Amino acid sequence: MSSVFAFFKRPLVVALILIVALLVLGQSLSPGFASADQILRLLIVASLLGIVAAGQNVVILGGREGIDLSVGGVVSLSAIIAGNVMNGADGGILPAVLACLAAGAVFGLLNGLGVTLLRIPPLVMTLGMLGVLQGLLVVIRQGIPSGRAAPGLSAFVTQPIALGIPGIIWLWVAIGLFMAFMLNRTVFGHRIYAIGSNDHAAYMAGVPVRLMRIGLFMISGMFAAIAGLCLLGYSGSSFANVGEQYMLSSIIAVVFGGTSLAGGKGGYTGTMAGALLLVILQGILTTVNIDESGRQMVFGATLLLLMLFYGRGRAMRA
Amino acid sequence: MTSIATDISTPRSGGLRSWLERYPFLPALVILIALLALNGLFSPNSLSFRSLAGLLSTYMALVMLAIAQTYVVSAGDIDLSAGATLSLVNVAIVVLMERWGGGAGAVLLALTLGLLIGLACGLVNGLVVAALRLQAIVATFATSIFFTGLALYVMPVAGTPAPTIFWRTYGGRLLGLPFVFYVLAALAILLFLLSRTRIVTELLAVGDDQQAAYQTGLPVVAVRIKGYLLCGLFSALAAFCLTGDTASGDPLVGGKMTLYSVAAVVLGGSALAGGWTTVVGSLLGALTIGLVNSLVFFMGTPSEWQNFVQGLAILIVLMAGVLAGRRARV
Repeated sequence: MSSVFAFFKRPLVVALILIVALLVLGQSLSPGFASADQILRLLIVASLLGIVAAGQNVVILGGREGIDLSVGGVVSLSAIIAGNVMNGADGGILPAVLACLAAGAVFGLLNGLGVTLLRIPPLVMTLGMLGVLQGLLVVIRQGIPSGRAAPGLSAFVTQPIALGIPGIIWLWVAIGLFMAFMLNRTVFGHRIYAIGSNDHAAYMAGVPVRLMRIGLFMISGMFAAIAGLCLLGYSGSSFANVGEQYMLSSIIAVVFGGTSLAGGKGGYTGTMAGALLLVILQGILTTVNIDESGRQMVFGATLLLLMLFYGRGRAMRA
Repeated sequence: MTSIATDISTPRSGGLRSWLERYPFLPALVILIALLALNGLFSPNSLSFRSLAGLLSTYMALVMLAIAQTYVVSAGDIDLSAGATLSLVNVAIVVLMERWGGGAGAVLLALTLGLLIGLACGLVNGLVVAALRLQAIVATFATSIFFTGLALYVMPVAGTPAPTIFWRTYGGRLLGLPFVFYVLAALAILLFLLSRTRIVTELLAVGDDQQAAYQTGLPVVAVRIKGYLLCGLFSALAAFCLTGDTASGDPLVGGKMTLYSVAAVVLGGSALAGGWTTVVGSLLGALTIGLVNSLVFFMGTPSEWQNFVQGLAILIVLMAGVLAGRRARV
């Protein structure tokens, strides 16, 4: 009996049940909400968030109050870089991918150096970096006209490429498999959990904790860059601060997925469900005919309500 | 033997280090003075009494918000909704003042209600974080969305002006001194009185070690809720200053200020993990951020580069502050 109870308290199970419930709710509020087309569209939007959340996930798993608030800035910057590099030509896709990954890695590296060498709390370091990135966006926007997505990239994100499913969803599935393999089957993955639960013990056991942590921030920056690139493919052209929304929603997706903000516990499968949950919730709110203020109030209140299902802190005991 | 003698640091033995231990905001103060000097170098006018008073009245809102943040950080929590609370109070008081005719009585009544709204926001945060035990970062982010929704409901688009009597008073003079100086003096008295109460000590005890605080008999949940109440109260005061400075209502005005308030707390020498905070430091930290922004302006930075240089400068100042503080503590 208690094992049945425990099963239903697992975040992944909770998230999946809530996803089904929300789809049923959406369908009853607006017929066609749960149609195959709509679900594919929700999956595309969810994969953008899910890709950002993959990086956020590893930084949070690494512990020491690990968090990356700069992801939103990297997403925006990467969308702009990609647009300017490819500027509507398919031949520019590969250089754009490389440029975006390099930019994501550089900003991740800077975050990681600030957190490990200067020992600035990640919240503050990545927040400062977000300010720098936002300033950089203004500089770039003033100088260069922002470019367009190449047709190939747009097709990859929005058109079916195999089994009627768009490429970005396949990419997300591939990232999911990669993350599951990395976290569960590789030494690197095991070490992430090790430094997340006790970095001193991990250090004593010979894990290069600082190098690891720098690596995690670089991974986060690169995933955010990939998401920015795909976001450009999704929307066709980049506009100011497109990535801003990903900053905190990526953290919420990770939390809904059952990863503890304290680090060392959780995984990416739940985060994928968490991203989907969040996107469906937003989808329902856009279909319901209420104005922006009501939408925000309902969204905030629902987030709080949902959080009651997920890993609450323990009550104080003497 | 000597190691024992050095471990017990008396105020005399450590020199600079013991000074920093007693006054953790010293790095922020040094940075602040350096920035003032730089400001004077690039624009001698900026050190005039009048421009300093102007700077103070512009950044008083951030000072208040940074102090608000300090109280929750003391207990090891954080409030990402402080800026949204500020926005909500800002639009609420502007709408109320307008609806009630904009006279002195209307202003005072609206301000009283504004304080209550701030306290209510703080109570909501305290309940979800401390009583329902949700993680502070995500829970206060959710409440920030909720409060922003409320603010948008009260005033869908920015622009409703505040009554003349209100912003004239805030930006004006009283008995020959800029009004903002009285605000600062009142703030100093309020902070002094608060520092004499048990609540600050209790917050720090909870932030230092929740379990230990609980075992010594502190009502941890109640203490954390009180921290959020103080945060809501000071966020409302921040909204008053902001309304006085901008003379209008804007439902999204506080959004960007939340993260600055966190930066100011860290810059001031407080530990984000809780248990070690200084409101004076947060005040200096907020003014430092203000000075960085004005310095970038006075240096004649091209307008499109201003945001970038400001962001970079704040990041560098944060690094310097954190490094200096760490030397002192470890």
